[in-house]
Amino acid sequence: MKAVYFAWVRERIGRTEEEISPPDSVTTVGDLIGWLTGRGEEYAYAFEKPAVIRAAIDKAHVKHDAPIAGAREIAFFPPMTGG
Amino acid sequence: MSARISIQAEDFDTGAEVVALTSGRKDVGACVTFTGLCRDEGETLAALELEHYPGMAEEEIARVVAQAQTRWPLLGVRVIHRYGKIAPGGNIVLVVTTSSHRRAAFESAEFLMDYLKTRAPFWKKEHRVDGLARDWVSAKDDDDRALERWEK
Repeated sequence: MKAVYFAWVRERIGRTEEEISPPDSVTTVGDLIGWLTGRGEEYAYAFEKPAVIRAAIDKAHVKHDAPIAGAREIAFFPPMTGG
Repeated sequence: MSARISIQAEDFDTGAEVVALTSGRKDVGACVTFTGLCRDEGETLAALELEHYPGMAEEEIARVVAQAQTRWPLLGVRVIHRYGKIAPGGNIVLVVTTSSHRRAAFESAEFLMDYLKTRAPFWKKEHRVDGLARDWVSAKDDDDRALERWEK
């Protein structure tokens, strides 16, 4: 699946998107945040406060307990500040 | 009911959008517009840079517009949200609603803006005139609280 990042999540990780292949034990958005956090210090920095991180699966908002099975694109970003 | 949503870098013309929703019609009794502008406090802001999630921005705003349509008898909705660098005084967002009566037009415009601010995937970064600090704008708790009135 593709992971995409926006705003300061993108800046901290240092990339806009990447292909990821999490293990089968990673079943929810929250699991995925935990798995990504272990990939390096830039990820640990981006996800240091997981509770503030918002996520979307295939361009629709989801909560951290949402299952990721079948997702093509998962986005991580800070709370939105448009308008 | 017509609903048009645009996510664009270009500026918009509020007057032209009002005309597009009202001209040649006899059923529109009320038209409300809201324009969000780039605000500078204390002459420290050089520009706001708006990042967005292409695709999701359009889809999420469409979901919010669909919700508004179920709550109010709307005749037309126009939403334009800009991205990219916007200087102080520049336009950021436009919401236009039309209805037979004013109450639906007023309330739906406010509903749309409250939901846009907290659900549309846009993020503002401040570029300061001193060229030094460049910070992402923090989300406001007030914006989340603004939604509570619509959820009763």
